Amino acid sequence: MKPLLSVRGLEASYGDLKVLRGLDFTIAEGGVTALLGANGAGKTTTLRALCGMIPRSGEVEFDGRPISRARTEDIVRLGIAHVPEGRGTFFNLTVEENLELGAMSRPARREVADDVARIYGYFPRLKERRRQQAGTLSGGEQQMLAIGRALMLRPRLMLLDEPSFGLAPLVVEEVFRILAHVRETMKVSMLLVEQNANFALSLADHAYLLETGEIAVAGSAEEIRNDESIRNAYLGY
Amino acid sequence: MEILIQQIVSGVATGAIYACMALAIVMIYQAIHHLNFAQGEMAMFSTFVAWQLLAWGVPYWLAFVLTVALSFAGGIVIERLVFRRLENAPVLSHVVVFIALFAIFNSLAGFIWNFEIKPFPSPFGSGALFGGLMSPHQAGMIVVTLLVLALLYVFFRFTRIGLAMRAAAANPESARLVGIRVGWMTALGWGMASAIGAVAGMMIAPVVFLEPNMMVSILLYGFAGAVLGGLTSPVGAVIGGLAVGIIENLAGTYIPVVGPELKLPVALFVIVAVLVVRPSGLLGRKIVQRV
Repeated sequence: MKPLLSVRGLEASYGDLKVLRGLDFTIAEGGVTALLGANGAGKTTTLRALCGMIPRSGEVEFDGRPISRARTEDIVRLGIAHVPEGRGTFFNLTVEENLELGAMSRPARREVADDVARIYGYFPRLKERRRQQAGTLSGGEQQMLAIGRALMLRPRLMLLDEPSFGLAPLVVEEVFRILAHVRETMKVSMLLVEQNANFALSLADHAYLLETGEIAVAGSAEEIRNDESIRNAYLGY
Repeated sequence: MEILIQQIVSGVATGAIYACMALAIVMIYQAIHHLNFAQGEMAMFSTFVAWQLLAWGVPYWLAFVLTVALSFAGGIVIERLVFRRLENAPVLSHVVVFIALFAIFNSLAGFIWNFEIKPFPSPFGSGALFGGLMSPHQAGMIVVTLLVLALLYVFFRFTRIGLAMRAAAANPESARLVGIRVGWMTALGWGMASAIGAVAGMMIAPVVFLEPNMMVSILLYGFAGAVLGGLTSPVGAVIGGLAVGIIENLAGTYIPVVGPELKLPVALFVIVAVLVVRPSGLLGRKIVQRV
């Protein structure tokens, strides 16, 4: 089957420092792919490069279309929703306005209300706080809001940057439970960047291990989970 | 007592124009986080366009609408041609370009329409309202300003594009990630600021008469109003503008040294006082945030 996203020779630098040194990977339609690695391995940079938020070179094709030169807004409009590091909340807008913004690039206005209702179905806590300024939400709620906002795009591919970051273990469990549910019900493909390999591998079908800007290991999530030497060398557990 | 009320009322009326200029300043400040020094000259130029249309025999309100529309388009063009390229440039580059625009519009207006003072009609007629307390034009200026503010409120609060503009101003990176074309939102902000400036220019021109330097001091009062209101709040800009109008008038009447010649430093004094005492202004946004 043709992959949904295929990446060849992706490179990106911050000034003189080359952070991505030619990544090759693919993401299958409907699957969850985990991108694992230590701090500074280039995980976040990979997502930012895919979205065109930083200068990059190499070839990226989404659903057969080249997007390696496209602008962020246009990449998003193709159906790639990025849940960024730090969650990208619009602090001074209300929870509901944050969600409506997620659908901003879709023309159909009437479906937006239905979609907001569906997001509230996934995250009842957001419904309770719909009129509240998003900046007053807790970390977990902001993560839910960020995922909800991304889903409002009705994306085909979701890029998730450390959804577990800074959250209490119970909240992380809840977030991952919802992601699994979203995956089942909305048929969204996901590229999941995580330091918490345990959670990521439980959700993913496929995983890549990133080390200093290069892909060190690729394999099915199960293989990687069961391979003790990989776990010891790269995942530290 | 009568003089006091009279001075407050006429302060509110001129304050309404300062409020419009302050609104225009805030619109652009929200989008690019710089103060547009050329805002007044853009408004002056728009007013000359209106004058030219009137001279060609276009009826007042049609000329008004056409001028606002042309100014809106002009603001967008300026952003797309000039400021889009400066997006990540340092502050000084912006300042230089603002000054350049100031000089260009000022001399261009002088070149096309010369520096002679021209009368500009008021659409509100003459006479006296409320027992001579204010002129119809003064009342008109206040109503028009409040109307502009109400329109802006409805636009930002209830329309999708208004929401997109607020999002783009608050968090450009996140706005791009939901597919908002942030550059065009900035251009739209310029267009709206330019249109509001045109309204202010056409409203104040019957009072100060039309000439290329007519907006220089008014812009300064507008800055004072915007700073007093807090540069991020449209409502604050209007309150600030009105307050500056009243302060200016009362200071000119009751503080013997001030008089008409020294009114302008009052605006500067307001700016300095606000920056010292309360830099975020009266209604400057405080973001509630939990980390």
